[in-house]
Amino acid sequence: MSAELETEPTFFDTFPEEAKVIRAAFLGSFFALGLGAVFGIIQTLHRTDIFRGLIESTDYYTVLTAHGVFMVISFTIFFLVGLFTWALVRSLDRPLVNIRITWTWYGLMVTGITMTGVSILAGFTDAVEMSADVLFTFYAPLQAHPLFYAGLAVFIVGTWLAGADWFRTWLAWKRDNPDERIPLQTFMVLTTMIMWYIASSAVAASVLLFLLPWSLGLIESVNPTLTRTLFWFFGHPVVYFWLMPAYLLWYTVLPSIAGGRLFSDPLARVVFVLFVLLSTPVGIHHQYLDPGIAEGFKFISMTNTMFLLLPSLLTAFTVVASVEYGARKRGGTGLFGWLRTLPWRNPAFTGMMLAGLMFAAGGFSGMVNAGMNINYMIHNTIWVPGHFHLTVGTAVALTFMAATYWIWPQITNKPIYSLQIGLFQVVLWFIGMALMSNAMHAQGMLGVPRRTAEPEYSGFEYPTAFGGFEELNIQIAIGGTLLFISTVFFLGNVVLTMGNPRVSGLAESIPPALSGPTDAPRVLDDLRVWVGIALVLVVLAYALPLAAIINDGGLLGPGVGTYPVWVDAAARALGQVAATAVSPVVDTLAFASSRVGDAAAAVSVEVFA
Amino acid sequence: MHIHAYEKLWLAFAVILILLLIGSVTYGAVGPGVAMVADSEDQIDPGALDEDERFAEPRVEQVGDNHYAAYVIAYQFAFEPSPIVVPENSRVTLYVTSRDVIHGFEVAGTNANTMVVPGEVSEITVEVGEPQEYGLLCNEYCGAGHHGMEGKVHVVSEEEYANLNEGGETA
Ligand code: HEM
Ligand SMILES: [Cu+2]
Ligand SMILES: [Cu+2]
Repeated sequence: MSAELETEPTFFDTFPEEAKVIRAAFLGSFFALGLGAVFGIIQTLHRTDIFRGLIESTDYYTVLTAHGVFMVISFTIFFLVGLFTWALVRSLDRPLVNIRITWTWYGLMVTGITMTGVSILAGFTDAVEMSADVLFTFYAPLQAHPLFYAGLAVFIVGTWLAGADWFRTWLAWKRDNPDERIPLQTFMVLTTMIMWYIASSAVAASVLLFLLPWSLGLIESVNPTLTRTLFWFFGHPVVYFWLMPAYLLWYTVLPSIAGGRLFSDPLARVVFVLFVLLSTPVGIHHQYLDPGIAEGFKFISMTNTMFLLLPSLLTAFTVVASVEYGARKRGGTGLFGWLRTLPWRNPAFTGMMLAGLMFAAGGFSGMVNAGMNINYMIHNTIWVPGHFHLTVGTAVALTFMAATYWIWPQITNKPIYSLQIGLFQVVLWFIGMALMSNAMHAQGMLGVPRRTAEPEYSGFEYPTAFGGFEELNIQIAIGGTLLFISTVFFLGNVVLTMGNPRVSGLAESIPPALSGPTDAPRVLDDLRVWVGIALVLVVLAYALPLAAIINDGGLLGPGVGTYPVWVDAAARALGQVAATAVSPVVDTLAFASSRVGDAAAAVSVEVFA
Repeated sequence: MHIHAYEKLWLAFAVILILLLIGSVTYGAVGPGVAMVADSEDQIDPGALDEDERFAEPRVEQVGDNHYAAYVIAYQFAFEPSPIVVPENSRVTLYVTSRDVIHGFEVAGTNANTMVVPGEVSEITVEVGEPQEYGLLCNEYCGAGHHGMEGKVHVVSEEEYANLNEGGETA
């Protein structure tokens, strides 16, 4: 890597055009984060019954759709396209081939998400007959307004063009540097995009072949199991699409902030290759409880999922080792004493370290999710949001915020307004998430469902383990509030930073790895090999299940109806709720406090397939 | 490629951990018989459930020695029948399908949990113990009234169950 030379000019000085695109991508991302956080706090206070005055319970699902889509589609993906542009241009040390193409994909992504966002937010008003209260998973046969699906398609095409832009720039570099190894950051960008092309092809197919034509009335019905399976074909690897940019930062930026350098470049490459290979043939682990998918397929997916732990475990090792190396270079000693010499006052460092710590916790709860049998206890309970607020909601989101403190000055030449506020903000996020996520996990064990406006029921009460339902609600609400405040501080800090004057001398460098790329076997850089193997694995994991689903239910399903949420949805729903709502009766006899254990033991599920 | 000694140790640890996890799930599947919802049942026309022999009349019936079958329909926004009444200390096979959209079927606080997909029939078998009332809830978003979708599972004593079915249809 050509990194050592970079001490003088910043990225902004060297690549001003690219810096503009990156800044635009980050601002799009932060805008979505702000919206997502507003919806996040509304739904937190609503479902915990702290404050239900702002929205009707029937509008809860509009809020939840908005929170999910703005957080995991716009916030994460806009940030990562900015980050990837930075990483690729920086590590290749050359501008993108054609900046007009770059602005084109940025424009497509903005247009797409605006279409989708409008269709969701229209759900709040009866003035327009438009709504997309289908949550970010959009399971058919619930049907959103066509604009929702069309926007998603445009957005995805935008990301495809972004990938093409990066691949072209790399190819141009390769022509000039035929014998050099792919720089590590570029390698990470390209492998992640390979995974993204494979993964997103399925959801694009689902949207373009089935959901969009169906919402336009061109086809009568869809096969819900098929569209659901295509969604999860994409839905697991998308998790790694969010996570890989965080890994890129942990591998390349974090060690240098710690004053050290990456331990092993070859191992980092191996990890990214493993993600290309393993992250797609596992999606069925989201469908352990689906009828219509044979047990054997679920088992294969489970096994692959467990192996997918490997690259993450390797990452944990490398990151800790690289940071320790930095600490020892700063004079740290002892078994744990070196921890003290690390730059804990730097929000970029502390934020990423805390994010990594939460990711480890998320890994543990993930292992529970992945176990097919234990999954019965927690499937679709609030345990699951508890889990992914640790992974995408912290490992990714907090890393992105922390990285902003480091990267923003280099793409704008403006110093951060306040690093103290930054430090406060990342620690606050950690505390808030620890509270919220922990209580969500505990409620999940009590059977409290996710995606529910009023998770208290008239006919029964939850068992009172772990402090009980109400007490856990309070913890969730406090945690969610701290998270919201943390987000406000982050966004405020960014806005105030934008008001700072430009200065010079903000450049940061990334030293090369201790064990450099020449130690890595050349085949690692032969991307065609990995594309080939990844495709074979995907075919092995998915050809038979998809064939079986289509064979059983047909391409368009066994006569399943259409349930548009956008045609007079409010009126229809209100009528039905009134009919089924039962006045809350407190039934204290039914649930004794010791029931969790008993129930699990007494009701053991088994299936005779 | 150079791999540090500590890296090798960690790698070995990681692989062992993964194999243990796979092993424990495999053991869970073949040992105590915790298995999966699978595609054991044929597809069904969700628009014609009232012509289906099992679902035209959602109910519980005896199908064997101490073995009962419950045919349950989920729809926006309720379960039928509700309550689902079964006798104590018996084995119950639940067949659950949906008349409209995707729902969830969760007996709160237990591991009796399955997705309910229109066009498919979910089959799970549970062993029930002493008489008790359980809450039943939908744990997959199914429309604006989703939070009101609940039901009950009553495990009753054998006498009570016999009394309830005096009217006739018990096998
Ligand atoms: C301001 C901080 C946040 C708060 C207060 C918050 C709160 C919540 C709550 C309470 C739920 C559960 C709602 C339910 O199932 O009924 C939820 C769901 C969710 N959150 Fe967050 N969250 C925050 C930040 C984030 C971030 C940073 C991400 C991802 C980058 C995220 C992604 C999601 C997703 C994907 C869901 C699931 C939506 C669904 O079930 O369709 N959240 N959030
Ligand atoms: Cu997954
Ligand atoms: Cu529901």
